[in-house]
Amino acid sequence: MSEKAANEHARKWDRCLADTAVKTVTGLGVGIVFSLIVFKRRAWPLSFGSGLGLGMGYSNCQHDFRSPYLIHGRMVKVSAQCNFHCLSEVCDTRSHHAA
Amino acid sequence: MLRACLRGANATARKNYRRIPLTSLQQCRHYTAGESSSASKVVVAGLLTVSGGIGGTVLYAKWDHKFRAAVEKNVPYSDWLLGLALGPAAQDPGLPIKKRVELAQPPSMIEKQVKKEGAEGPVKDSSPAPSQPAQSLEAPAEASQEASAEATHIISAIGEVPSVPAPCDTEAAAVKECNECHEHKEATAVHPASTEPMKERPVEEVAARLAQQEQEEQDISASVSASLEDSLASSAKATLQAIGAQEAALQAIMQHTDKLKEAMEAEVLPEEKSNQWKDLEAALADRTTALNDARAALLKANESLDSLRSVIDESKGLKISSVRPLVLAAEENLHNMVVDLDKMVMKVQSAESEAKIVSQYSELVNEAKRQFQREVSSLTPEIQANWKGLTGKLSTDDLNALIAHAHRRIDQLNRELAEQKVREKIHIDAALEQQKLEDQKALDNAVNTALQHVKEDARLDQERKLAELREVMEAEMRTQLRRQAAAHTDHVQDVLKVQEHELKAEAEQVLSSKMLEQETRYRQLTQEQLDNFTLDMNTAYARLKGVEEAIDSHVVAEDEARKAHQLWLSVEALSYSLKTAEADVPTVPLENAAQAVRDSCRDNDFALALASALPEKSLQRGVYSEASLRARFNSLRSLARRVALIDESRNSLYQYFLSYLQAALLFEKSQEAPPSQLSSEDLDPFKLLSYASYCLEHGDLELAAKLVNQLRGEARRVVEDWLIEARLTLETRQVVNLLSAYANAVGLGTTQAP
Repeated sequence: MSEKAANEHARKWDRCLADTAVKTVTGLGVGIVFSLIVFKRRAWPLSFGSGLGLGMGYSNCQHDFRSPYLIHGRMVKVSAQCNFHCLSEVCDTRSHHAA
Repeated sequence: MLRACLRGANATARKNYRRIPLTSLQQCRHYTAGESSSASKVVVAGLLTVSGGIGGTVLYAKWDHKFRAAVEKNVPYSDWLLGLALGPAAQDPGLPIKKRVELAQPPSMIEKQVKKEGAEGPVKDSSPAPSQPAQSLEAPAEASQEASAEATHIISAIGEVPSVPAPCDTEAAAVKECNECHEHKEATAVHPASTEPMKERPVEEVAARLAQQEQEEQDISASVSASLEDSLASSAKATLQAIGAQEAALQAIMQHTDKLKEAMEAEVLPEEKSNQWKDLEAALADRTTALNDARAALLKANESLDSLRSVIDESKGLKISSVRPLVLAAEENLHNMVVDLDKMVMKVQSAESEAKIVSQYSELVNEAKRQFQREVSSLTPEIQANWKGLTGKLSTDDLNALIAHAHRRIDQLNRELAEQKVREKIHIDAALEQQKLEDQKALDNAVNTALQHVKEDARLDQERKLAELREVMEAEMRTQLRRQAAAHTDHVQDVLKVQEHELKAEAEQVLSSKMLEQETRYRQLTQEQLDNFTLDMNTAYARLKGVEEAIDSHVVAEDEARKAHQLWLSVEALSYSLKTAEADVPTVPLENAAQAVRDSCRDNDFALALASALPEKSLQRGVYSEASLRARFNSLRSLARRVALIDESRNSLYQYFLSYLQAALLFEKSQEAPPSQLSSEDLDPFKLLSYASYCLEHGDLELAAKLVNQLRGEARRVVEDWLIEARLTLETRQVVNLLSAYANAVGLGTTQAP
């Protein structure tokens, strides 16, 4: 418990890599299947599937690493009575920043 | 499969690429000549783009200051470049004018304050001049900023300042003028020395003069009245005399006339006739003397009246009011006298005229008689004198001659009568004419005299009326003056009353103030005495109290000493238990030791508070030692370094990659002494970590925790646990230190000799 923060980082990476690898391979597999059955042994479903898997894994990994910093907002309905001092929080589940 | 794909891709790429070289070769033939030029074109184009970009940036930075600031922040040496191109960045141009004015204003205001305090005339003359241009600036500045009360005072005073020199100058001028006036007065005072005393003391002199004048007037009027009376008396006497003489003359004339008439008409005896004639002669003589006397008296009266008139004129010329009624009365008397005299003169004249007629008639008769006598004598020369006595002596011839003469005379007389009757009218007309002329003359004279009398009367009336009016006016003026005097006395009374009041009030005030002074002094002295006494009492009491307290405290101190000893023992036990921590294993839970401490200081609030300030976790679980924290920190450091770039805004996987790269490439000192003050540069995580390492190596866990606390973002999250543990340890150690210090202090305190 004392090293939770430090270990968490390492654990995250573990999960992340494992997850990405699995997804990539799965995507590749699906791609192979589709390439063999539907797309006449073309190359592109393979790359597409693996890319899809890789992308999903990347996205998941990123989300996992970002999770402490995500702000979950909610829409608050504005009542008819308050005029100037209404509070309306804009819902922003993801903060997009320039990479 | 991949290889196939790759081969396919290569093939397609090669196919595509084969086309290009042909065209490019063809094109290259065209461009071989210009191949170098294309390169140079590229270079030139590149240079142009770059320079255009830089120029555009510079221009835009010149126009937009925020952009310039952003560029300077982000691009390393842009601030130098922009400074070179555009000059230093301008401040916000909103307030500079006002600021300058503000800066200009206070020194001028201070100047004016100083000058005001000086309050010199010539200084003020110079200050309004510089204040004039400043005032124009002040007006807009005032509107823009809110001046303090002092400033408004000064500014309003500045508004007054230009006006102040003017009265000062005019005052000076007036003073000068006054001085000149004084000089003039002194100069003029020297020359007319005679007027000086009169001006200085007018009232007495004027009164004296008035009295003198009155006296003079009185004298003059007395003299005038005396003279008037004298002359009046003399003229009255003369007039009366004249009037008496005229009366006498009148009487004489009338007597004479009567006598003459008698003599003419009366048929008396010859003896009586001669008596009559004698009487008549006597009467005539009387008349002549009376007339002479009357004329002389009249002359005298006229003389005296003339003298009286002259005196009256003289006294009129004096123009003294008191004399006027006398003059008026004298004039009236004069007039009356003149009138009476004239009347008398007229009476005398009328009597004279009558007498003249009668005498004429008597003369005629006498003449006729003489003629007759002559005729008779001529006829009868022998008959002498009185023919009536000769009746017996005469002869018939004489008688016949006489009768014939008489008849002839009768005829003649009849003829004359007839002639006279014929000429009656002519004679009557001539007589009437003559009478008319005489009447006219008399009338003219009478009219003239009457006119003169009337004029005189009117003039006297007018004078009388003037005198009356003057008297009335005099009386009115006197009443007005009396009223003014009364008002003046009233006013003076009022003023005196007011002055009295004022002086009374002043005197009372002075008295009351003196009394108050004396009272306050008396009170002060009594109060001082009282205070001194109280002070002495207080000191004695305090000393007594001190002695008592010392004795009590001894007892208390011994008790305290025992308790302190116990406390100290328990605190020592607590601090010992802290040392039971081993590497990576926390200490035993401090609950028991803390309980012992609490038991030993049940009535000591401070120690109790401290004992209860021990954090809960340390009581339940125990704390880690510094060494274990140090060891953990070293392992954490590398992790923190690796995620140094990650925070809320930068947390994509690419950022993670960059952060790892940074950690790999960045080298910092493993331990660096932290500065006494952290600047913004020192907040870099790498630096912080090296500072913290240094601190930990040198045993300063507190500072290390503080420095680690400055980490932000993911690095902070990573070291959060360590930080919590460090805090816990620090807290516990602090409390224990405090408790032991307190116990030591208490112990020392109690063991100290009194």
